[in-house]
Amino acid sequence: MKDHHAHLYRPSTDYSHTDAIGRHVDYLCPGAYCAWRSGTDYLGDQASAAALDAMRERLGLNRPLLEQYFEFMGNALSGDWGESMVTGKSILGEVINVLPYTLELTFVSVIFGVVTGIPLGIWSALHRNQLIDYFVRLMTLIGLSFPAFVSAILLLIIFSINLGWLPVISSGGRDDFIGWFRDLALPALTLGTIMTAYIARVTRSSMLDVLSEDYIRTARAKGVPNKVIIWHHALRNALIPVVTMVGLFLGVLVGNSVLTEIVFNRPGLGKLIVGALGQRDYTMLQGLMVCYAFIIIFINILTDLTYGLIDPRVKYQ
Amino acid sequence: MTEKSENMPAPLSSSALFQEQVKRTFRSNKLTGLGAVIFLLVLLAAVFAPLLSTHDPLIQNILDRLEGPSAQFWMGTDAYGRDIYSRLLYGARISLTIGGVAILSAMVIGTAIGIIAGYYGGKVDDVIMQFNDILLAFPTLILGLIVVAMLGPSMQNMIIAISLTSIPGFARIARAPTIVVRERDFIEACRALGYRDWRIMVFHILPNVTSEVLVMASLWLATAIRTEASLSFIGLGVKPPAATWGGMIREGFENILDNPWLSIFPGLAILLVVFSLNLLGDGLRDAIDPKTRVD
Repeated sequence: MKDHHAHLYRPSTDYSHTDAIGRHVDYLCPGAYCAWRSGTDYLGDQASAAALDAMRERLGLNRPLLEQYFEFMGNALSGDWGESMVTGKSILGEVINVLPYTLELTFVSVIFGVVTGIPLGIWSALHRNQLIDYFVRLMTLIGLSFPAFVSAILLLIIFSINLGWLPVISSGGRDDFIGWFRDLALPALTLGTIMTAYIARVTRSSMLDVLSEDYIRTARAKGVPNKVIIWHHALRNALIPVVTMVGLFLGVLVGNSVLTEIVFNRPGLGKLIVGALGQRDYTMLQGLMVCYAFIIIFINILTDLTYGLIDPRVKYQ
Repeated sequence: MTEKSENMPAPLSSSALFQEQVKRTFRSNKLTGLGAVIFLLVLLAAVFAPLLSTHDPLIQNILDRLEGPSAQFWMGTDAYGRDIYSRLLYGARISLTIGGVAILSAMVIGTAIGIIAGYYGGKVDDVIMQFNDILLAFPTLILGLIVVAMLGPSMQNMIIAISLTSIPGFARIARAPTIVVRERDFIEACRALGYRDWRIMVFHILPNVTSEVLVMASLWLATAIRTEASLSFIGLGVKPPAATWGGMIREGFENILDNPWLSIFPGLAILLVVFSLNLLGDGLRDAIDPKTRVD
């Protein structure tokens, strides 16, 4: 395949590697992992054998892999996530510093997605195969086709650059509510619209499923008013699959928050992970992976518990 | 096993039925056709990029840098004076190759894993699916990010990373119908005839799995192309000066205050491809799902 595109790799006097992100990437050459295992890549090619040994000793790379794994996990569980290879700062401390920013962004985006997506989905389902339905389906499909960084950039161009309503860089400045809101508005709108699209589609199909159930027909036959059927009988059952999907989409959202944080230059886990990648800070990356795993597990537990709230048939022992 | 087979649902869609359903979908749902046409056009544009492009995508011309769209440069030029329209065409090659190869290999590997897990069941199934679920739990982008970071950014490693993120999904999709088909009488008959396991899996179970897998492949190709663009945007894509859509947006983003079109054109290109594939996949999924079939 490489030969196929050989002409694309021709060397040229290109200055594009001087940009901020590209600079890091040039250091992050192929084989980084192997080089890391031997320590050469972090200390440079000229590192002495003694320096390499000291490095291996410090990172524990000379011990069996399983031993390294269990020691790391044991430490992680007791709150010791180690230090960054590059800055020497505590990884847990760094993560806790930026975690509120990512959580706040994710939380507000989900709320936005739920508040707009569920009514949109119900509306679409109630007008099945009518103009409104087609319109909603088309718009939501466009919505979930947007890579987060493209919609982020479009929003940035429209609201920050052309209209000048909101700040281009959304970090810091959280003294008052208005400053906080102005910082959060565009990143949350970026992720929120993606969430709206996903939730509206799930709500629509779930609502259609429920509306074709026998008990809905029975309710209709008894003469229950349409409003009561939809809001009382159908909606609650239709929301069960929506909760599952919201839990799943939260994972997508956490992934997309990386891109959003880069575009809006906002502090958060995403900025931390990209910074660590650039500096090849592997201990930091390791810590961040554990952090992401915890977040995903936490979301799953939260999702499971929410079932009990919506569906009285679910009982926890 | 024979007792169970009586309770099994009606036969799944075989490949002939699948073709019929697809034809019907294209006739009744015009949007599915639109998605297919758009995607085909992009595919053709990528294949014939050398013929369609107006400039060399890599040649820099510092005198013409950051020009707006004009008759000479249809979509303007970037900070190095390269023609954006030509770079978009060549970028399509990279995006489609990485996405296509990654999804194709993930489809083959994932389907094989799913069928094996579903067919043998028991411990094999437990171990494979547990591992699968761990991979599925991570967001695609985060997993891709880590894999590319470990292996280093190159076309080959992008394919490995994106493929790895898609394998668990395919395994899961292939496993579900396998468990159902496994219990049917004709598989029992195959066993009675003394067929080997691989023969049953390849010739008798695989055809019952293909429709679901193919539909998801079109949807996940969209995800793969989006992931490729996202990784390139972060700076982990195919290295410059090669033209990648994500990379073009990243470079354009630095001049966003004065020259927003630098990021807008590649952004729209990604959106168009992903949207067309979603349109296509969505229609096909409706076609094989009896509940949502268009009447």
